[in-house]
Amino acid sequence: MPVEIYKDKFTGKVLEVILGATKEQGGTRAYTVKLGGSSTLPFLYYEGELPNRPVIAMEVWDIKPQWSSSFEPYYGDVWNDPVAWAKKVEEYGADVVYLKLMGADPEMENSRSAADCAKLVKDVLAATGAPLMVEGPGFPEKDNDVLQAVAEAAAGENIALGAAEKDNYRGIAAAAMMGRHCIIGRSPLDINILKQLNIMITEMGVPINKVLNDPITSGLGYGIEYSFSVMERARWGALIGDKMMALPVVCLAGPEAWRGKEANAANADAGPGWGDEKDRGIIWEAMTAAALLQAGGDLLLMRHPEAAKLVRKQIEELAVPNKY
Amino acid sequence: MAFMMIGERINGMFKDIGEAVAKFDPKPIQDWAVKQTQAGAAYLDLNVGPTAADRKKSMEWMAKIISEVSDVPIALDSTNYDAIEAALQIIGKPGALINSCPNERAKIERVFPMAAKYGAGIVALTMDKSGIPLNADARVAHAMELVAAADEFGVPTDSLFIDPLILPCNVAQAHAPEVLEALRQIKTLCDPAPHTTLGLSNVSQNTIDRSLVNRTYVVMAICAGLDSAIIDVNDETMVESIATADMLLNHAIYCDSYVKVFRQR
Repeated sequence: MPVEIYKDKFTGKVLEVILGATKEQGGTRAYTVKLGGSSTLPFLYYEGELPNRPVIAMEVWDIKPQWSSSFEPYYGDVWNDPVAWAKKVEEYGADVVYLKLMGADPEMENSRSAADCAKLVKDVLAATGAPLMVEGPGFPEKDNDVLQAVAEAAAGENIALGAAEKDNYRGIAAAAMMGRHCIIGRSPLDINILKQLNIMITEMGVPINKVLNDPITSGLGYGIEYSFSVMERARWGALIGDKMMALPVVCLAGPEAWRGKEANAANADAGPGWGDEKDRGIIWEAMTAAALLQAGGDLLLMRHPEAAKLVRKQIEELAVPNKY
Repeated sequence: MAFMMIGERINGMFKDIGEAVAKFDPKPIQDWAVKQTQAGAAYLDLNVGPTAADRKKSMEWMAKIISEVSDVPIALDSTNYDAIEAALQIIGKPGALINSCPNERAKIERVFPMAAKYGAGIVALTMDKSGIPLNADARVAHAMELVAAADEFGVPTDSLFIDPLILPCNVAQAHAPEVLEALRQIKTLCDPAPHTTLGLSNVSQNTIDRSLVNRTYVVMAICAGLDSAIIDVNDETMVESIATADMLLNHAIYCDSYVKVFRQR
Protein backbone atom coordinates (compact mmCIF):
# COMPACT_ATOMS: atom_id res chain seq x y z
CA MET A 1 0.00 0.00 0.00
CA PRO A 2 1.65 3.27 -1.01
CA VAL A 3 2.17 5.67 1.86
CA GLU A 4 1.62 9.36 1.21
CA ILE A 5 4.38 11.40 2.76
CA TYR A 6 2.82 14.37 4.49
CA LYS A 7 4.72 17.55 3.74
CA ASP A 8 4.40 20.77 5.69
CA LYS A 9 4.34 23.85 3.51
CA PHE A 10 5.87 26.85 5.18
CA THR A 11 5.26 30.42 4.07
CA GLY A 12 8.46 31.80 5.53
CA LYS A 13 12.14 31.00 5.37
CA VAL A 14 15.36 31.85 7.10
CA LEU A 15 17.27 34.76 5.55
CA GLU A 16 20.58 34.01 3.90
CA VAL A 17 23.53 35.83 5.44
CA ILE A 18 26.90 35.89 3.71
CA LEU A 19 30.13 36.01 5.71
CA GLY A 20 33.42 37.14 4.21
CA ALA A 21 34.31 38.95 1.01
CA THR A 22 36.52 37.84 -1.87
CA LYS A 23 38.69 40.13 -3.97
CA GLU A 24 35.82 40.80 -6.38
CA GLN A 25 33.69 41.82 -3.42
CA GLY A 26 36.23 44.17 -1.86
CA GLY A 27 37.93 41.80 0.58
CA THR A 28 40.78 39.32 0.55
CA ARG A 29 39.04 36.07 1.59
CA ALA A 30 39.63 32.96 -0.48
CA TYR A 31 35.90 32.21 -0.30
CA THR A 32 32.70 33.33 1.40
CA VAL A 33 30.26 31.22 3.41
CA LYS A 34 26.49 31.39 3.16
CA LEU A 35 24.43 30.81 6.29
CA GLY A 36 20.72 30.11 6.51
CA GLY A 37 18.19 30.06 3.68
CA SER A 38 16.16 27.12 5.00
CA SER A 39 12.51 26.88 4.07
CA THR A 40 11.82 23.85 6.23
CA LEU A 41 12.99 22.15 9.42
CA PRO A 42 16.59 20.88 9.68
CA PHE A 43 17.62 18.17 7.22
CA LEU A 44 14.10 17.53 5.87
CA TYR A 45 15.25 17.83 2.26
CA TYR A 46 12.11 16.20 0.96
CA GLU A 47 9.99 19.00 2.35
CA GLY A 48 11.67 22.21 1.28
CA GLU A 49 14.88 24.01 0.46
CA LEU A 50 17.98 23.73 2.63
CA PRO A 51 20.46 25.45 0.33
CA ASN A 52 23.33 25.85 2.79
CA ARG A 53 24.91 23.18 4.97
CA PRO A 54 25.73 23.99 8.58
CA VAL A 55 29.19 25.53 8.78
CA ILE A 56 32.00 24.78 11.25
CA ALA A 57 33.92 27.65 12.80
CA MET A 58 36.92 26.95 15.03
CA GLU A 59 37.98 28.91 18.05
CA VAL A 60 41.22 30.86 18.35
CA TRP A 61 42.22 32.93 21.39
CA ASP A 62 44.62 35.84 21.41
CA ILE A 63 46.26 34.55 24.61
CA LYS A 64 47.29 31.11 25.80
CA PRO A 65 44.19 29.38 27.24
CA GLN A 66 43.91 27.13 30.28
CA TRP A 67 42.38 24.22 28.41
CA SER A 68 42.34 20.48 29.06
CA SER A 69 45.51 18.57 28.22
CA SER A 70 43.69 16.87 25.35
CA PHE A 71 44.34 20.00 23.31
CA GLU A 72 48.08 19.96 23.80
CA PRO A 73 48.95 17.68 20.84
CA TYR A 74 46.85 19.84 18.53
CA TYR A 75 47.61 23.41 19.56
CA GLY A 76 50.59 23.11 21.90
CA ASP A 77 52.93 24.74 19.41
CA VAL A 78 50.67 27.69 18.58
CA TRP A 79 49.22 28.66 21.97
CA ASN A 80 51.28 31.83 22.09
CA ASP A 81 50.81 32.90 18.48
CA PRO A 82 47.22 33.65 17.50
CA VAL A 83 48.17 34.12 13.85
CA ALA A 84 49.78 30.68 13.70
CA TRP A 85 46.83 29.27 15.65
CA ALA A 86 44.40 30.71 13.08
CA LYS A 87 46.37 29.07 10.28
CA LYS A 88 46.30 25.82 12.23
CA VAL A 89 42.51 25.74 12.53
CA GLU A 90 42.29 26.30 8.81
CA GLU A 91 44.48 23.22 8.39
CA TYR A 92 42.08 21.35 10.68
CA GLY A 93 39.28 22.15 8.25
CA ALA A 94 37.58 25.18 9.79
CA ASP A 95 35.21 26.90 7.38
CA VAL A 96 35.39 30.06 9.47
CA VAL A 97 37.96 31.38 11.97
CA TYR A 98 36.44 32.62 15.26
CA LEU A 99 38.83 34.90 17.13
CA LYS A 100 37.99 35.45 20.80
CA LEU A 101 39.86 38.48 22.19
CA MET A 102 40.23 37.16 25.74
CA GLY A 103 43.48 39.10 26.11
CA ALA A 104 41.55 42.36 25.86
CA ASP A 105 39.88 41.68 29.22
CA PRO A 106 40.29 45.07 30.93
CA GLU A 107 40.77 43.43 34.35
CA MET A 108 43.82 41.54 33.13
CA GLU A 109 47.34 42.76 33.57
CA ASN A 110 48.71 43.99 30.23
CA SER A 111 45.23 43.95 28.77
CA ARG A 112 45.39 44.11 24.98
CA SER A 113 44.47 47.57 23.75
CA ALA A 114 41.89 48.26 21.06
CA ALA A 115 44.69 49.31 18.71
CA ASP A 116 46.58 46.07 19.33
CA CYS A 117 43.42 44.06 18.76
CA ALA A 118 42.97 45.83 15.44
CA LYS A 119 46.54 45.02 14.44
CA LEU A 120 46.09 41.39 15.44
CA VAL A 121 42.94 41.10 13.34
CA LYS A 122 44.81 42.57 10.37
CA ASP A 123 47.58 40.00 10.84
CA VAL A 124 45.12 37.12 11.13
CA LEU A 125 43.34 38.24 7.97
CA ALA A 126 46.64 38.50 6.12
CA ALA A 127 47.61 34.96 7.13
CA THR A 128 44.31 33.18 6.44
CA GLY A 129 41.74 32.75 3.66
CA ALA A 130 38.67 31.85 5.72
CA PRO A 131 35.96 34.34 6.68
CA LEU A 132 36.48 35.74 10.17
CA MET A 133 34.34 36.29 13.25
CA VAL A 134 35.65 38.37 16.15
CA GLU A 135 34.26 38.36 19.68
CA GLY A 136 35.22 40.99 22.23
CA PRO A 137 36.32 40.18 25.79
CA GLY A 138 32.78 40.56 27.13
CA PHE A 139 33.03 43.89 28.95
CA PRO A 140 30.68 46.48 27.41
CA GLU A 141 32.98 49.50 27.25
CA LYS A 142 36.01 47.52 26.15
CA ASP A 143 33.91 45.56 23.65
CA ASN A 144 32.80 48.79 22.05
CA ASP A 145 36.34 50.21 21.77
CA VAL A 146 37.81 46.95 20.57
CA LEU A 147 35.11 46.15 18.04
CA GLN A 148 35.10 49.70 16.61
CA ALA A 149 38.85 49.44 16.03
CA VAL A 150 38.58 45.91 14.65
CA ALA A 151 35.73 46.92 12.33
CA GLU A 152 37.84 49.68 10.83
CA ALA A 153 40.91 47.47 10.50
CA ALA A 154 38.87 44.79 8.74
CA ALA A 155 37.03 47.14 6.39
CA GLY A 156 35.87 45.37 3.26
CA GLU A 157 36.26 41.86 4.68
CA ASN A 158 32.64 41.44 5.86
CA ILE A 159 33.59 39.88 9.20
CA ALA A 160 31.16 39.22 12.04
CA LEU A 161 31.38 41.32 15.22
CA GLY A 162 30.19 39.87 18.50
CA ALA A 163 28.52 39.97 20.77
CA ALA A 164 25.80 42.61 20.86
CA GLU A 165 23.42 42.23 23.79
CA LYS A 166 20.26 43.99 24.88
CA ASP A 167 22.14 46.26 27.29
CA ASN A 168 25.08 46.90 24.97
CA TYR A 169 24.39 46.85 21.27
CA ARG A 170 24.57 50.41 19.95
CA GLY A 171 28.34 50.76 19.68
CA ILE A 172 28.72 47.35 18.08
CA ALA A 173 25.83 47.97 15.68
CA ALA A 174 27.39 51.30 14.70
CA ALA A 175 30.73 49.57 14.10
CA ALA A 176 29.01 46.92 11.98
CA MET A 177 27.19 49.56 9.94
CA MET A 178 30.26 51.71 9.31
CA GLY A 179 32.44 48.76 8.37
CA ARG A 180 29.62 46.96 6.51
CA HIS A 181 30.20 43.88 8.64
CA CYS A 182 27.85 41.30 10.10
CA ILE A 183 26.82 41.41 13.74
CA ILE A 184 26.07 38.66 16.24
CA GLY A 185 23.11 39.43 18.49
CA ARG A 186 23.17 37.44 21.71
CA SER A 187 20.37 36.91 24.22
CA PRO A 188 20.40 35.02 27.53
CA LEU A 189 18.30 32.00 26.53
CA ASP A 190 15.35 34.33 26.12
CA ILE A 191 13.56 34.21 22.79
CA ASN A 192 11.62 37.39 23.43
CA ILE A 193 14.78 39.37 24.11
CA LEU A 194 16.42 37.79 21.06
CA LYS A 195 13.60 39.06 18.86
CA GLN A 196 13.59 42.49 20.48
CA LEU A 197 17.37 42.75 20.01
CA ASN A 198 17.00 41.99 16.30
CA ILE A 199 14.46 44.80 16.07
CA MET A 200 16.71 47.25 17.94
CA ILE A 201 19.77 46.38 15.86
CA THR A 202 17.93 46.76 12.55
CA GLU A 203 16.29 50.00 13.71
CA MET A 204 19.78 51.42 14.08
CA GLY A 205 20.31 50.77 10.40
CA VAL A 206 22.11 47.44 10.24
CA PRO A 207 20.66 45.60 7.23
CA ILE A 208 18.71 42.57 8.42
CA ASN A 209 20.72 40.23 6.24
CA LYS A 210 23.83 41.07 8.25
CA VAL A 211 22.43 39.89 11.58
CA LEU A 212 23.25 36.51 13.14
CA ASN A 213 21.65 35.18 16.32
CA ASP A 214 23.36 33.54 19.29
CA PRO A 215 20.63 32.36 21.68
CA ILE A 216 23.34 31.04 24.05
CA THR A 217 23.74 27.33 23.59
CA SER A 218 24.56 25.62 26.85
CA GLY A 219 26.61 22.46 26.75
CA LEU A 220 25.26 18.96 27.09
CA GLY A 221 24.08 18.38 30.65
CA TYR A 222 24.20 22.06 31.54
CA GLY A 223 21.00 23.38 30.05
CA ILE A 224 21.21 22.37 26.39
CA GLU A 225 17.51 21.60 26.42
CA TYR A 226 16.69 25.25 27.06
CA SER A 227 18.80 26.25 24.09
CA PHE A 228 17.18 23.54 22.00
CA SER A 229 13.69 24.84 22.88
CA VAL A 230 14.59 28.43 22.09
CA MET A 231 16.14 27.43 18.78
CA GLU A 232 13.17 25.25 17.87
CA ARG A 233 10.66 28.00 18.60
CA ALA A 234 12.74 30.57 16.74
CA ARG A 235 13.10 28.33 13.69
CA TRP A 236 9.37 27.51 13.70
CA GLY A 237 8.57 31.24 13.97
CA ALA A 238 10.85 31.96 11.02
CA LEU A 239 9.14 29.30 8.92
CA ILE A 240 5.62 30.55 9.66
CA GLY A 241 6.58 34.07 8.61
CA ASP A 242 8.02 35.84 11.66
CA LYS A 243 10.62 37.94 9.85
CA MET A 244 12.39 39.12 12.98
CA MET A 245 13.15 35.53 13.92
CA ALA A 246 14.23 34.47 10.46
CA LEU A 247 17.97 34.78 10.98
CA PRO A 248 20.74 32.16 10.91
CA VAL A 249 21.71 30.83 14.34
CA VAL A 250 25.29 30.50 15.58
CA CYS A 251 25.99 28.00 18.35
CA LEU A 252 29.09 28.33 20.54
CA ALA A 253 29.09 24.57 21.13
CA GLY A 254 32.83 24.25 21.76
CA PRO A 255 33.36 26.79 24.55
CA GLU A 256 30.11 25.78 26.24
CA ALA A 257 30.69 22.01 26.11
CA TRP A 258 34.22 22.35 27.50
CA ARG A 259 32.96 24.20 30.60
CA GLY A 260 31.57 20.99 32.00
CA LYS A 261 33.56 18.79 34.39
CA GLU A 262 32.51 15.79 32.31
CA ALA A 263 34.54 17.16 29.43
CA ASN A 264 37.61 18.06 31.49
CA ALA A 265 37.98 15.71 34.46
CA ALA A 266 41.12 13.61 34.58
CA ASN A 267 40.47 9.87 35.00
CA ALA A 268 41.36 10.10 38.70
CA ASP A 269 38.55 12.61 39.28
CA ALA A 270 36.04 11.10 36.90
CA GLY A 271 32.72 9.62 37.93
CA PRO A 272 31.89 5.94 37.44
CA GLY A 273 31.28 4.97 33.83
CA TRP A 274 32.55 8.30 32.51
CA GLY A 275 35.09 6.74 30.18
CA ASP A 276 38.64 7.69 29.35
CA GLU A 277 39.60 11.35 29.57
CA LYS A 278 41.30 11.11 26.20
CA ASP A 279 37.98 10.77 24.34
CA ARG A 280 35.47 12.09 26.81
CA GLY A 281 35.73 15.81 26.15
CA ILE A 282 35.81 15.24 22.41
CA ILE A 283 32.60 13.22 22.53
CA TRP A 284 30.98 15.70 24.94
CA GLU A 285 31.64 18.52 22.51
CA ALA A 286 30.58 16.49 19.46
CA MET A 287 27.30 15.44 21.12
CA THR A 288 26.54 19.02 22.11
CA ALA A 289 27.05 20.14 18.54
CA ALA A 290 25.08 17.22 17.10
CA ALA A 291 22.05 18.07 19.22
CA LEU A 292 22.22 21.72 18.22
CA LEU A 293 22.35 20.75 14.55
CA GLN A 294 18.95 19.13 14.99
CA ALA A 295 17.58 22.36 16.43
CA GLY A 296 18.67 24.31 13.36
CA GLY A 297 22.18 25.51 14.16
CA ASP A 298 23.57 27.15 11.01
CA LEU A 299 27.11 27.72 12.30
CA LEU A 300 28.75 25.65 15.02
CA LEU A 301 31.76 26.98 16.87
CA MET A 302 33.96 23.99 17.64
CA ARG A 303 37.07 23.84 19.77
CA HIS A 304 38.63 20.37 19.49
CA PRO A 305 39.73 19.31 16.00
CA GLU A 306 38.63 15.70 16.62
CA ALA A 307 35.16 16.85 17.68
CA ALA A 308 34.98 19.08 14.62
CA LYS A 309 35.91 16.08 12.45
CA LEU A 310 33.12 13.98 13.95
CA VAL A 311 30.56 16.73 13.48
CA ARG A 312 31.65 17.44 9.92
CA LYS A 313 31.18 13.75 9.13
CA GLN A 314 27.69 13.82 10.63
CA ILE A 315 26.74 16.92 8.63
CA GLU A 316 27.89 15.25 5.44
CA GLU A 317 25.88 12.12 6.23
CA LEU A 318 22.75 14.10 7.13
CA ALA A 319 23.03 16.34 4.10
CA VAL A 320 22.18 13.56 1.68
CA PRO A 321 18.97 14.61 -0.04
CA ASN A 322 16.06 12.35 0.87
CA LYS A 323 13.54 13.57 -1.64
CA TYR A 324 10.40 11.45 -2.03
CA MET B 1 -0.01 33.57 9.01
CA ALA B 2 -0.46 37.06 10.43
CA PHE B 3 -3.84 38.79 10.34
CA MET B 4 -4.43 40.84 7.16
CA MET B 5 -5.87 44.31 7.63
CA ILE B 6 -7.87 45.68 4.69
CA GLY B 7 -7.90 49.47 4.89
CA GLU B 8 -11.45 50.84 4.48
CA ARG B 9 -10.81 54.55 4.17
CA ILE B 10 -10.71 55.11 0.41
CA ASN B 11 -14.48 55.03 0.02
CA GLY B 12 -16.52 57.72 -1.75
CA MET B 13 -18.99 57.62 1.15
CA PHE B 14 -16.45 59.67 3.13
CA LYS B 15 -16.82 63.35 2.30
CA ASP B 16 -13.19 64.00 1.38
CA ILE B 17 -12.99 60.98 -0.92
CA GLY B 18 -16.39 61.69 -2.46
CA GLU B 19 -15.29 65.22 -3.39
CA ALA B 20 -11.96 63.97 -4.71
CA VAL B 21 -13.71 61.41 -6.91
CA ALA B 22 -16.15 63.98 -8.28
CA LYS B 23 -13.36 66.42 -9.12
CA PHE B 24 -10.69 63.88 -10.14
CA ASP B 25 -8.44 65.31 -7.42
CA PRO B 26 -5.80 62.65 -6.66
CA LYS B 27 -4.37 64.15 -3.47
CA PRO B 28 -6.85 63.03 -0.74
CA ILE B 29 -6.96 59.53 -2.25
CA GLN B 30 -3.19 59.20 -2.47
CA ASP B 31 -2.70 60.65 1.02
CA TRP B 32 -5.00 58.00 2.49
CA ALA B 33 -3.30 55.28 0.46
CA VAL B 34 0.05 56.25 1.96
CA LYS B 35 -1.34 56.66 5.47
CA GLN B 36 -3.01 53.25 5.44
CA THR B 37 0.08 51.63 3.93
CA GLN B 38 2.24 53.03 6.74
CA ALA B 39 -0.26 51.72 9.29
CA GLY B 40 0.34 48.19 7.99
CA ALA B 41 -2.61 47.55 5.66
CA ALA B 42 -2.31 44.29 3.69
CA TYR B 43 -4.92 45.50 1.15
CA LEU B 44 -6.39 48.91 0.32
CA ASP B 45 -10.13 48.87 -0.30
CA LEU B 46 -11.18 51.11 -3.21
CA ASN B 47 -14.83 52.20 -3.48
CA VAL B 48 -15.79 55.02 -5.84
CA GLY B 49 -18.89 55.86 -3.79
CA PRO B 50 -22.03 57.71 -4.90
CA THR B 51 -20.43 60.79 -6.52
CA ALA B 52 -18.88 59.12 -9.57
CA ALA B 53 -20.61 60.02 -12.79
CA ASP B 54 -18.93 57.11 -14.61
CA ARG B 55 -18.07 54.32 -12.17
CA LYS B 56 -15.83 52.47 -14.65
CA LYS B 57 -13.78 55.59 -15.43
CA SER B 58 -13.47 56.56 -11.77
CA MET B 59 -12.46 53.07 -10.71
CA GLU B 60 -9.76 52.91 -13.40
CA TRP B 61 -8.46 56.32 -12.34
CA MET B 62 -8.45 55.46 -8.62
CA ALA B 63 -6.64 52.15 -9.24
CA LYS B 64 -4.01 54.01 -11.26
CA ILE B 65 -3.31 56.77 -8.75
CA ILE B 66 -3.25 54.40 -5.77
CA SER B 67 -0.75 52.11 -7.51
CA GLU B 68 1.50 55.15 -8.04
CA VAL B 69 2.01 55.66 -4.29
CA SER B 70 1.63 52.20 -2.78
CA ASP B 71 2.68 48.62 -3.51
CA VAL B 72 -0.10 47.27 -1.30
CA PRO B 73 -2.63 45.23 -3.34
CA ILE B 74 -6.04 46.77 -3.95
CA ALA B 75 -9.46 45.40 -3.00
CA LEU B 76 -11.85 46.58 -5.73
CA ASP B 77 -15.10 47.32 -3.95
CA SER B 78 -18.06 47.51 -6.36
CA THR B 79 -21.12 45.69 -7.64
CA ASN B 80 -20.25 46.79 -11.17
CA TYR B 81 -18.14 43.93 -12.48
CA ASP B 82 -17.25 45.73 -15.72
CA ALA B 83 -15.74 48.54 -13.66
CA ILE B 84 -13.83 45.95 -11.64
CA GLU B 85 -12.53 44.27 -14.78
CA ALA B 86 -11.35 47.60 -16.18
CA ALA B 87 -9.52 48.32 -12.94
CA LEU B 88 -7.92 44.84 -12.94
CA GLN B 89 -6.52 45.64 -16.37
CA ILE B 90 -5.05 48.89 -15.07
CA ILE B 91 -3.50 47.05 -12.11
CA GLY B 92 -1.99 44.56 -14.54
CA LYS B 93 -0.62 42.02 -12.05
CA PRO B 94 -2.03 39.24 -9.85
CA GLY B 95 -2.89 39.74 -6.19
CA ALA B 96 -5.81 42.19 -6.31
CA LEU B 97 -9.03 41.36 -4.50
CA ILE B 98 -12.52 41.47 -6.01
CA ASN B 99 -14.90 42.76 -3.35
CA SER B 100 -17.38 41.08 -3.63
CA CYS B 101 -19.51 38.24 -5.00
CA PRO B 102 -22.54 36.62 -3.31
CA ASN B 103 -23.66 33.01 -3.70
CA GLU B 104 -25.73 33.71 -6.84
CA ARG B 105 -25.03 31.61 -9.90
CA ALA B 106 -25.19 34.42 -12.49
CA LYS B 107 -22.73 36.54 -10.53
CA ILE B 108 -20.48 33.57 -9.82
CA GLU B 109 -20.31 32.91 -13.55
CA ARG B 110 -19.29 36.54 -14.12
CA VAL B 111 -16.81 36.96 -11.27
CA PHE B 112 -15.05 33.63 -10.71
CA PRO B 113 -13.65 33.23 -14.24
CA MET B 114 -12.50 36.86 -14.06
CA ALA B 115 -10.66 36.13 -10.81
CA ALA B 116 -8.99 33.10 -12.36
CA LYS B 117 -8.01 35.09 -15.44
CA TYR B 118 -6.45 38.03 -13.58
CA GLY B 119 -5.06 36.05 -10.61
CA ALA B 120 -7.29 37.99 -8.24
CA GLY B 121 -8.80 36.90 -4.94
CA ILE B 122 -12.53 37.08 -4.25
CA VAL B 123 -14.41 38.30 -1.22
CA ALA B 124 -17.26 35.78 -1.35
CA LEU B 125 -20.44 36.55 0.61
CA THR B 126 -22.48 33.90 2.40
CA MET B 127 -25.79 35.21 1.07
CA ASP B 128 -28.03 34.95 -1.98
CA LYS B 129 -31.06 36.76 -3.41
CA SER B 130 -33.09 35.88 -0.33
CA GLY B 131 -30.71 37.82 1.89
CA ILE B 132 -28.39 37.12 4.80
CA PRO B 133 -29.33 33.98 6.73
CA LEU B 134 -29.36 34.09 10.53
CA ASN B 135 -27.97 30.80 11.61
CA ALA B 136 -24.43 29.59 11.25
CA ASP B 137 -25.31 26.39 9.37
CA ALA B 138 -27.03 28.32 6.62
CA ARG B 139 -24.03 30.65 6.29
CA VAL B 140 -21.70 27.68 6.11
CA ALA B 141 -23.89 26.05 3.45
CA HIS B 142 -23.36 29.14 1.29
CA ALA B 143 -19.63 28.97 2.01
CA MET B 144 -19.53 25.35 0.84
CA GLU B 145 -21.15 26.29 -2.46
CA LEU B 146 -18.66 29.15 -2.91
CA VAL B 147 -15.75 26.78 -2.28
CA ALA B 148 -17.23 24.37 -4.85
CA ALA B 149 -17.49 27.25 -7.32
CA ALA B 150 -13.83 28.11 -6.74
CA ASP B 151 -12.92 24.55 -7.57
CA GLU B 152 -15.16 24.62 -10.67
CA PHE B 153 -13.61 27.77 -12.10
CA GLY B 154 -9.99 27.15 -11.14
CA VAL B 155 -9.72 29.74 -8.36
CA PRO B 156 -7.35 28.47 -5.61
CA THR B 157 -9.27 28.03 -2.35
CA ASP B 158 -6.81 30.24 -0.53
CA SER B 159 -7.67 33.09 -2.92
CA LEU B 160 -11.18 33.05 -1.45
CA PHE B 161 -11.99 35.43 1.38
CA ILE B 162 -15.30 34.14 2.71
CA ASP B 163 -17.35 36.85 4.42
CA PRO B 164 -20.09 35.48 6.69
CA LEU B 165 -21.52 39.02 6.86
CA ILE B 166 -21.74 40.73 10.23
CA LEU B 167 -24.75 43.00 10.85
CA PRO B 168 -25.19 45.90 13.32
CA CYS B 169 -25.33 44.57 16.86
CA ASN B 170 -28.02 47.02 17.94
CA VAL B 171 -30.63 45.94 15.39
CA ALA B 172 -29.46 42.41 14.49
CA GLN B 173 -27.82 41.30 17.70
CA ALA B 174 -28.44 37.56 17.22
CA HIS B 175 -26.15 37.54 14.19
CA ALA B 176 -22.96 38.29 16.09
CA PRO B 177 -22.54 34.87 17.76
CA GLU B 178 -23.76 33.03 14.65
CA VAL B 179 -21.02 34.69 12.59
CA LEU B 180 -18.44 33.44 15.08
CA GLU B 181 -19.70 29.87 14.80
CA ALA B 182 -19.75 30.17 11.00
CA LEU B 183 -16.11 31.34 11.00
CA ARG B 184 -15.07 28.28 13.00
CA GLN B 185 -16.70 25.92 10.53
CA ILE B 186 -15.57 27.74 7.38
CA LYS B 187 -11.96 27.16 8.34
CA THR B 188 -12.53 23.39 8.20
CA LEU B 189 -14.11 23.27 4.73
CA CYS B 190 -11.07 22.42 2.65
CA ASP B 191 -7.27 22.31 2.53
CA PRO B 192 -5.87 24.88 2.10
CA ALA B 193 -8.67 26.56 4.01
CA PRO B 194 -10.23 29.69 2.51
CA HIS B 195 -9.43 32.98 4.15
CA THR B 196 -12.19 34.66 6.09
CA THR B 197 -13.10 38.32 6.28
CA LEU B 198 -15.67 40.72 7.69
CA GLY B 199 -16.76 44.27 7.01
CA LEU B 200 -16.04 44.95 10.63
CA SER B 201 -17.46 48.46 10.95
CA ASN B 202 -20.92 47.09 10.22
CA VAL B 203 -21.09 45.59 13.69
CA SER B 204 -21.08 49.03 15.31
CA GLN B 205 -23.32 50.92 12.87
CA ASN B 206 -25.11 53.56 14.98
CA THR B 207 -23.90 52.20 18.31
CA ILE B 208 -22.21 54.11 21.07
CA ASP B 209 -18.37 53.99 21.19
CA ARG B 210 -17.95 52.33 17.81
CA SER B 211 -14.23 51.79 18.32
CA LEU B 212 -14.83 49.76 21.48
CA VAL B 213 -17.46 47.57 19.83
CA ASN B 214 -15.31 47.05 16.71
CA ARG B 215 -12.12 46.09 18.49
CA THR B 216 -13.89 43.77 20.91
CA TYR B 217 -15.65 41.93 18.11
CA VAL B 218 -12.56 41.62 15.93
CA VAL B 219 -10.67 39.92 18.76
CA MET B 220 -13.57 37.52 19.37
CA ALA B 221 -13.69 36.79 15.66
CA ILE B 222 -9.93 36.23 15.38
CA CYS B 223 -10.24 33.52 18.02
CA ALA B 224 -13.01 31.92 15.95
CA GLY B 225 -10.95 31.91 12.75
CA LEU B 226 -11.08 35.39 11.23
CA ASP B 227 -7.84 36.06 9.37
CA SER B 228 -8.63 39.40 7.68
CA ALA B 229 -11.11 42.27 7.99
CA ILE B 230 -12.04 45.55 6.35
CA ILE B 231 -11.26 48.03 9.11
CA ASP B 232 -10.03 51.48 9.99
CA VAL B 233 -6.29 50.69 10.03
CA ASN B 234 -5.59 54.11 11.49
CA ASP B 235 -7.57 53.28 14.64
CA GLU B 236 -4.58 52.73 16.95
CA THR B 237 -6.41 50.82 19.66
CA MET B 238 -8.00 48.57 17.04
CA VAL B 239 -4.67 47.66 15.49
CA GLU B 240 -3.11 47.16 18.93
CA SER B 241 -5.93 44.77 19.85
CA ILE B 242 -5.50 42.79 16.64
CA ALA B 243 -1.71 42.61 17.11
CA THR B 244 -2.22 41.45 20.69
CA ALA B 245 -4.75 38.79 19.70
CA ASP B 246 -2.36 37.53 17.02
CA MET B 247 0.45 37.30 19.56
CA LEU B 248 -1.75 35.64 22.20
CA LEU B 249 -2.70 32.97 19.65
CA ASN B 250 1.03 32.24 19.25
CA HIS B 251 1.05 33.38 15.62
CA ALA B 252 4.10 35.53 16.31
CA ILE B 253 6.76 35.29 18.98
CA TYR B 254 6.37 37.85 21.73
CA CYS B 255 8.80 40.73 21.97
CA ASP B 256 8.35 44.12 23.63
CA SER B 257 7.83 45.78 20.22
CA TYR B 258 5.27 43.24 19.03
CA VAL B 259 2.71 45.88 17.95
CA LYS B 260 5.30 47.74 15.88
CA VAL B 261 6.46 44.48 14.27
CA PHE B 262 2.84 43.58 13.48
CA ARG B 263 2.46 46.74 11.38
CA GLN B 264 5.58 45.99 9.35
CA ARG B 265 5.04 43.51 6.61
